[in-house]
Order: sequence, then structure tokens, then C-alpha cells
Amino acid sequence: MAETAVLGRITWLTASVAGDVRETPRVRTLDLDVPSWAGHRAGQHLDVRLTAEDGYQAERSYSIASAPGNGVQLTIERLDDGEVSPYLVDDAREGDQFEVRGPIGGYFVWDGDEPGPVLLIAGGSGVVPLMAIARHRARIGSTTPMKLLYSSRTWDDVIYRGELEKLGIDVVHTLTRAQPPDWTGYSRRIDVDMLREVAWPASESPRVYVCGSTRFVDAAADGLLELGYEANWIRTERFGATGS
Amino acid sequence: MEILDLKLDGNAIGGVLLEHVGSDMTALEMVCGNCGAHGEMARLDVYRGAGIVGRCCQCENVMIRIVEGRGRAWIDLSGTASLELR
Repeated sequence: MAETAVLGRITWLTASVAGDVRETPRVRTLDLDVPSWAGHRAGQHLDVRLTAEDGYQAERSYSIASAPGNGVQLTIERLDDGEVSPYLVDDAREGDQFEVRGPIGGYFVWDGDEPGPVLLIAGGSGVVPLMAIARHRARIGSTTPMKLLYSSRTWDDVIYRGELEKLGIDVVHTLTRAQPPDWTGYSRRIDVDMLREVAWPASESPRVYVCGSTRFVDAAADGLLELGYEANWIRTERFGATGS
Repeated sequence: MEILDLKLDGNAIGGVLLEHVGSDMTALEMVCGNCGAHGEMARLDVYRGAGIVGRCCQCENVMIRIVEGRGRAWIDLSGTASLELR
């Protein structure tokens, strides 16, 4: 209620679609114009709220893909039974408006001011907040060693494929469902053996960010613990399989 | 559909708390009222239905419940031993 609003309360802001990039057949990046956006940290997310003509509202969280100081971009994967993502991926046009709330998150963030190597582990569209971290590293000219282990179903499902090669970080792909004919990379789900080969040695006390489905995140985190990583080195963000 | 597919984490309740409290709470430390485990709010296991339930990731005790309506929110912390504020 506006008349009793508490000072400092964060309200919903109006966002306008200012541009877009088709990343894969199921994934699209939207460039948003959000007047009075407070700025964000790499790894944060925001909430999107759509309001139908009859007043029905649907709200979902999406990771911010852009580096801090570089606008507000969301990269969204279409879930076919979703209430929000089909609109954002297939229907939203330049100039369309909806509401956003954020930025959100003080845990799954990387500001670039900590020493020690960073390991990013992405399952599918879980790569989005990790991309913000990798972009932030490039943008601030950080020399922190950074590696991305990225699990996708197929080569065509790899989001940001071209840009990933230009970020100055090591990128290791695994393709779990189908592989191109000449594929020499991993072709299975992430497991302890893969982590042993890819992850920084535990002796370097790496900082880890894992984002993907609950199953994916649990498997990656359990594997790292088995390799001697400490739980407080590992930051996780899980998304549900439904509802986006 | 299994229950695991519906599980989120404490990052997912950051938005509603940001709106009603005015600052980000996901990095604040909470102590479980049942098992005493402590960790950032972001590490809770979160389930969303008509309301929001956040459970301890160690013992599954319900630590926070949030119901929103008519521009207000009600937060039940009866399963939480302590919540750090900064």
C-alpha cells in the first residue's frame, strides 16, 4: 500500500525490452532498459512479474547475464509448460514492458576482489549467472585464474558458444545427449572422475560456483567434497525443473 | 515429477524479502532451531506453493515460512534459532 510504504522499500520497476539475441532455438537474451536500476553484482538475479489483462500475475526469477555496469541482460530458456518463459523467449518484442524487482542475492556473487582460482560449473542455462561472473572478470581486467566446466545436452544447446572462446578463461564442455561426429570432449554427466581431471586441486583453496538443476548441483557439490573441497568454498544456485 | 524437481534454494526468496524488508537477506546467517546447523539463508531448501517454505538443508526442519498477500507479507521464523542482521 503506497500510502504506508516503508522508507527504503524496494518496489517493482518497469523494464522495457530494448533488444534481443537468439542464443539457441530454446534460449534468448533480452536487453532491458530499466530506468533507476540500482546496478548489480556478478551472479545476482532479478524477479520478473507479468500481469495479464485480467489481472492474473505470474512471477519468476532469472539470473542477470550482463557484467555489472554493462546494462541489464537476461538470458532465458523456454520451458514449454512455463507461464513466463515462453513469452520472454518467443513473444516479447522491442518496446514491450513488464515489471522487475532486484537486484537480488548477496551469496552467489563474485566481485573479483578475492585471491585464488575460481571454478564455474554450469548445467544448461545455469551458465547464465556464471557468464556474468566471467564477463565481469574480463571487464575489470582481472587475472584471477578461472575455469568453466559446462554441461549441455548437445552442441547446439551450448549458450554463448562464440563468446565463451574469447573470454580468456578455460572452458571445458561435456555433451550429455548427443555429440558432433568429430567430438573429442566429454560426453557424459559430470562425475567425480571428470571433476578430478578438470577442477583446481583442493590445495589451492578454490572458490566454486555451481548453477543448474537441483540434481546437477547436488552431483557436482558431492563430487567436489569427495575431492577434498571444503563446503564453504562451494556456492550453489539451483533452479527447479518447472514453473519458469 | 518428483519432489526434487520442485526444490529451490534460498536465493529464490531474496526477492520477496528485498521488497518487504528493503535489503538483501540471502547472505545473512541463520541458525536452525532444530539441529543448530548454521549457514547463509541462500543455502536453505526452498519450496514454493501458495506460500514459501524454507527448510534446513541438514535436517529439513522448517526454518522460515512466508505468505504474501495484498501488498503485505507474513514471516514465520519459529523454526529458526537466530537470524543475523547487518
